[in-house]
Amino acid sequence: MQLNKVLKGLAIALPMITLAACSSTESTDSSAASESTTGTTATEQTTVATPVESGSAALSEQELRSQQLRQEQTVYFKFDNAEIQADYQDMLTAHADYLRDNTTVKVIVEGHADERGTPEYNIALGERRASAVAKYLQALGVSASQISIVSYGEEKPLVLGHSDADYAKNRRSVLVY
Amino acid sequence: MKRWIMGLCIALLSFSQIAQAELELVITEGIDSARPIGVVPFQWEGEGKMPTDLSAVIASDLRRSGKFSPVATSKMPQTPYSEDQIDYNAWTSLGVDALVTGKVSMNADGNYVINYQLVDVVRGLLTSGESRGLNNGELVLTKDHLLVNNRATVKKSRLRQYAHRISDVVYEKLTGEKGAFLTRIAYVVIDDKAKYPYQLRIADYDGFNERLVLKSQQPLMSPSWSPDGSKLAYVSFENKQAQIFVMDIYKGSREMVASFPRHNGSPRFSPDGKKLAMVLSKSGSLQIYILDLETKKMTQVTRGRANNTEAFWDPNGQSMIFTSDRGGKPQIYRVNLADGSTERLTWQGSQNLGGQLTPDGRFLVMVHRSDSGYNIAKQDLKTGALQILTKTFLDESPSIAPNGGMVIYSSVNDKSNELSLVSIDGRFKARLPATNGRVRAPSWGPFL
Repeated sequence: MQLNKVLKGLAIALPMITLAACSSTESTDSSAASESTTGTTATEQTTVATPVESGSAALSEQELRSQQLRQEQTVYFKFDNAEIQADYQDMLTAHADYLRDNTTVKVIVEGHADERGTPEYNIALGERRASAVAKYLQALGVSASQISIVSYGEEKPLVLGHSDADYAKNRRSVLVY
Repeated sequence: MKRWIMGLCIALLSFSQIAQAELELVITEGIDSARPIGVVPFQWEGEGKMPTDLSAVIASDLRRSGKFSPVATSKMPQTPYSEDQIDYNAWTSLGVDALVTGKVSMNADGNYVINYQLVDVVRGLLTSGESRGLNNGELVLTKDHLLVNNRATVKKSRLRQYAHRISDVVYEKLTGEKGAFLTRIAYVVIDDKAKYPYQLRIADYDGFNERLVLKSQQPLMSPSWSPDGSKLAYVSFENKQAQIFVMDIYKGSREMVASFPRHNGSPRFSPDGKKLAMVLSKSGSLQIYILDLETKKMTQVTRGRANNTEAFWDPNGQSMIFTSDRGGKPQIYRVNLADGSTERLTWQGSQNLGGQLTPDGRFLVMVHRSDSGYNIAKQDLKTGALQILTKTFLDESPSIAPNGGMVIYSSVNDKSNELSLVSIDGRFKARLPATNGRVRAPSWGPFL
């Protein structure tokens, strides 16, 4: 009589609980590695729904970030220096990923220097900067055949002017597709 | 394929004349130490005006040499047209010790007959123009105050050229050095507003007869003259990489001579014109090579991991000086072409680059970095003595006149690059402000 009531309650409650558990199959995915197509699984019913290719609208957050990083194509350098600062690692990684995934794409890595010094010697500095970027990409697995470097020395400044701020904008390497 | 078409389209060749005007000369130092000279306006014995004011060209030449200060026409005490008309006292009281004068007339063929004289005013004063000497045992009138007395027949189109020739004669007679007034300069002008911003131009050394030789949408650098003045080697980025071209400026034809992977630059003709030194970085760093223009054979001159560039031939053709950072910072070295041995030449300042040798091989002129910045300096190769020649800002690309007397270079003024001149002793300084663009990479051509 009391036990029967409890048992009855359980008999109702237990299936309810399991049903509730079964119904939540959706996983909240925050980092889907592959380009996701929100495909509905084909059921054993008579109608089969085939999803349409979704494109960038359904790009994962990571893909979007990568694309954004690739909009950045310039690495800036310190005076008389060809070291890649930590700030540019994410950006270069994004470019490297893209190049590894698209092996037919070629990139030209330009190297530039500010105007101090002579034009022909500044070619060397520009080359060191372009080489540093090229080596970085190669270290991340990009094939050397996809990369070519060209140094413009001081011939193509981004800004004219002789302040330190102007010079800083001209000391750069640019990735050109 | 597409790239080639693109390259052709964006590097247009045109030998069009741009300006008649001279490159304005703004003397910044040295007027006081220049020698006063009288260049009397030549007498014109024809109708109308003379097509070229010869005396104006001569006076301008002598002024630009830094050694002479021609008296203004308005301050001249008289205008004698031949030596017998000279009032020596009037001139010596102005401090003038030499006088140039002449007459121009036209002959039956329509050509110009020029008769000019250079007179030693002090000697003339002493002898009253009537010096005598022995000739074959006889005492004759020697007129030794008359240093030059020449006569020539010249076509109309060559009048200005002949004026420069007169300047050469006068300069050599008075200083003992060869004049460089019949020479040309090549330079790169960047007009940021133009459709083809990068332009290679040549002009008479005073800026007259400026001609556009090449224009491009991509950078041009390092123009270099062949010893006979007929060709220019230069670097062009028109095909999205640095390549070396050689252009015949009279025919307008050009040939690509170097297009290796990575950099092809710093072209420099050998003194005999048969070889072209160049800098390639196909080995991983900038190295100097020599291309035999006839056999097309290439010889590598420098090796290693350091950068070696800006090669300049010694006038004797047996060695080259160049910039190298093998010691850390760029300094200038010499390499013996026979055995490849090198020696370092520069030991002062934090950097030395862009070296050039004077035609007598005695001095090294270069870009010198010190606490006062980047300036043009001169080093005596025998004694090692260094003299900083300029006070301008961010000096680069020095080029020495073929008589070794003057250095033209590029420097920064306000936002623009302009050309400047400094005499080899550093006493005379001038600016050549340009009106239509940033002017860089000057190269002084050979005697014409």
